[in-house]
Amino acid sequence: MSYSIYICGVGGQGIIKTSVIIGEAAMNQGLDVVMSEIHGMSQRGGSVSTELKIGDYNSSIIPDTTADMLLSFEPIETIRGLHKVNKDSKIVYNTHPIIPSSSDTSYPSVDSITNSLKENFTHVLPIDATELALQAGNVLSLNMVLLGAVTADDKFPLSKDSVIEAMKNNLHERFHDLNLKAIESGYNSIKG
Amino acid sequence: MNLKELVTGKSGEKQFLLGNEAAVRGVIEAGISIAATYPGTPSSEIGNILSVLAKDANIYFEFSTNEKVAMEVAATAAASGLRSFTFMKHVGMNVASDSFMTTAYTGVNGGMVILTADDPSLFSSQNEQDTRNYARLSNVPVLEPSNCQEVKDMVKYAFDLSEEYKLPVIVRTTTRVSHMRGVVEFGDVNDNSSNNDDHWMRGHFDKDPSKYVPVPAFAGKMHERLCAKISKINDVTNKSDFNNSTSFSQNKKYGVISSGSAYNYAYDVIKYNDLDMDILKIGFSYPFPDKKVSEFIRDLDEVFIVEEVDPIMEKEVLAIIGRENLDVTVHGKLDGTLPECYEFNSDIVRDGFNKVLNFINKQDITFSDSLNKLSEEIPSRAPVLCAGCPHRAMYYGINIAIEELGLKPSDVVFASDIGCYTLGINPPYNAADYLLSMGSSVGDGCGFSVSTDQKVASFIGDSTFFHSGISPLINAVHNKHNFVLTVLDNRITAMTGGQPNPGIPVDGMGDEAPEISIRKLALACGVDYVRVINPFNLDQVVKTYKEAFERDDTAVIISKAPCTLIKGLTKKPPVKLVESNCNHCDKCVSELACPAISKVDGKIEIDTSMCDGCGVCIQVCKYGALEVGK
Repeated sequence: MSYSIYICGVGGQGIIKTSVIIGEAAMNQGLDVVMSEIHGMSQRGGSVSTELKIGDYNSSIIPDTTADMLLSFEPIETIRGLHKVNKDSKIVYNTHPIIPSSSDTSYPSVDSITNSLKENFTHVLPIDATELALQAGNVLSLNMVLLGAVTADDKFPLSKDSVIEAMKNNLHERFHDLNLKAIESGYNSIKG
Repeated sequence: MNLKELVTGKSGEKQFLLGNEAAVRGVIEAGISIAATYPGTPSSEIGNILSVLAKDANIYFEFSTNEKVAMEVAATAAASGLRSFTFMKHVGMNVASDSFMTTAYTGVNGGMVILTADDPSLFSSQNEQDTRNYARLSNVPVLEPSNCQEVKDMVKYAFDLSEEYKLPVIVRTTTRVSHMRGVVEFGDVNDNSSNNDDHWMRGHFDKDPSKYVPVPAFAGKMHERLCAKISKINDVTNKSDFNNSTSFSQNKKYGVISSGSAYNYAYDVIKYNDLDMDILKIGFSYPFPDKKVSEFIRDLDEVFIVEEVDPIMEKEVLAIIGRENLDVTVHGKLDGTLPECYEFNSDIVRDGFNKVLNFINKQDITFSDSLNKLSEEIPSRAPVLCAGCPHRAMYYGINIAIEELGLKPSDVVFASDIGCYTLGINPPYNAADYLLSMGSSVGDGCGFSVSTDQKVASFIGDSTFFHSGISPLINAVHNKHNFVLTVLDNRITAMTGGQPNPGIPVDGMGDEAPEISIRKLALACGVDYVRVINPFNLDQVVKTYKEAFERDDTAVIISKAPCTLIKGLTKKPPVKLVESNCNHCDKCVSELACPAISKVDGKIEIDTSMCDGCGVCIQVCKYGALEVGK
């Protein structure tokens, strides 16, 4: 069994926490898992990515074109992560843009991103995770919505229950209800 | 995981740990008493965690003013019989190196381990230097973990080794190891209970100047002892289980020697492409395990040396081949098989193997024209100064002052320093023209002021000023240099994640501590013009810079306002946009460039979740379109 996920977005969106939860759930299910994350400069509103490899790997870096899933917290960050995927990979992404202030290039329309992705890949799954997070009660639970969406993939090797267990172990109890709601809504948005 | 489990976790327990967390568990298992550091990414989390856990783990921990002081704290602890730990980023080792080099001569009594985190690909550094060169420069052993379990195990082992041979030991990680997460199985914890009223153990320093005072008469003997020690340790590296091979080969024609993170890539490439190659992992790499390597390569036709940054093992292998007159071809950085710069990954290693072997298939995918076009056109997302960052106000203000003084941008050299404020390099501020190292902005100010007729504006942060800005400031005053030094005092060591520094009344273990005044320091250095200003008062910023630039001595401006990321600060309400007043001059977007303000479909928008109401934009807007929020 092997499964690798490339997770990307913008500093501050809870990307590392989401990845740690998946990694810990994998460990608790007795699977080998390695993960790579980048700290430092990237926290200041820059692009952030983590790489998770479940299975018998030494390296925590996903070779190009081999990710089973690209999970993106932001539309254009999806495009930046495409070197990791192939035609069979699942691409799950949040359709809510965060417009970079420092760039002189204009932000493309989210529809054009979705259309281009669908033209090139079989499994393109856009979700308005920001909206679902707001509905769940707090925009900050957007990472939990996307976590729920990952668990809905048929090939994802971890059970939703073990992911929820790991979430509870990593986040404060007072957020558990909110996060559970967010995970369910992300899960249903893919399954439903 | 709750961090306390790094202290309470029992032997056999497994946790999903960051490499830096594994290092903390390693020193806890080793039973250290003293730890000191200056924060530096990719090693920063070790200090952040130790500052929280020190008391529970019977450890004295401090954020020292710089790496050299941290090295000295650790060295004297080890001389006093305690186990001590210091850790830093690779360039921190340069700062610590003067005392480090002598520590190799004096040796230690208690175990002393130095973890240095190298940063191939420069994720957050000014260079890619390879710490393994320091091992050779100093004759100090080095271990190179390639995963989180090894970080923990090697850190712990390094203390035993250090104590046995009375030498400090280096553990070299890289960004990808320090910031890797993996499953780590805990081991037993050595007892380090306190023997006094403090929470950590005290040792005793037994005087022996012939051992500890490297005057020429003694230092020569120290060097002889050091050489003898390292020669003995070479027997250890030749037998060490950290140097081990895995066999995938039938024909025994090709082999790979690798270390650290590079080993992971090489191993996976061999395994997942069914390559006919054996691989030797060098985990304990100095003194170089020459006998083990010789055995591994002697019957091969060709060997690949896969290592990150400098071709150090490659040269060691070439030396063995020359000495033993072996017929083995070596591929690595020196013959262009693998790149000289930047970190590796599996793709790079596979492409390197392919240059020689040419039998690995690579999967390529092509995109439609529309997606290719989109990929080329997406906006970049470089790190920026945060909304509400006091540095932005200072950079905006100095540029206004320069303009109002009738100076051109080329008339003023910005000597920058290491911290968030280096981001001032970006437009529209363009406020970083020259940078060497921690504290260099001040010495650079001295040099530019005598070398050119240009005005010089040096910028340094509070923590960096304490680190190595003070002695060059004394130089500036004494040698009558003429420049404007701005100390951006944001009350924290911000870039590395918010550690305390001597300017705030808290120490590394969260206890109350004397607060050192930057203003008084500047005055004590002999600076006549010292001004403490509020960066969010734009008129005051501009007026002060104009005054300071008109002087012909060293002027110091201290911008005092807390970093917006400090937890628990009371936030002001976000700024309010009065759209009817906006005349679309775009000054707030193009000249202030606050990430909370953007222009969408020709209209200014304020991201209220990001804006923290600092109010600088209100002062920038000439049309009253931005107002204090309620």
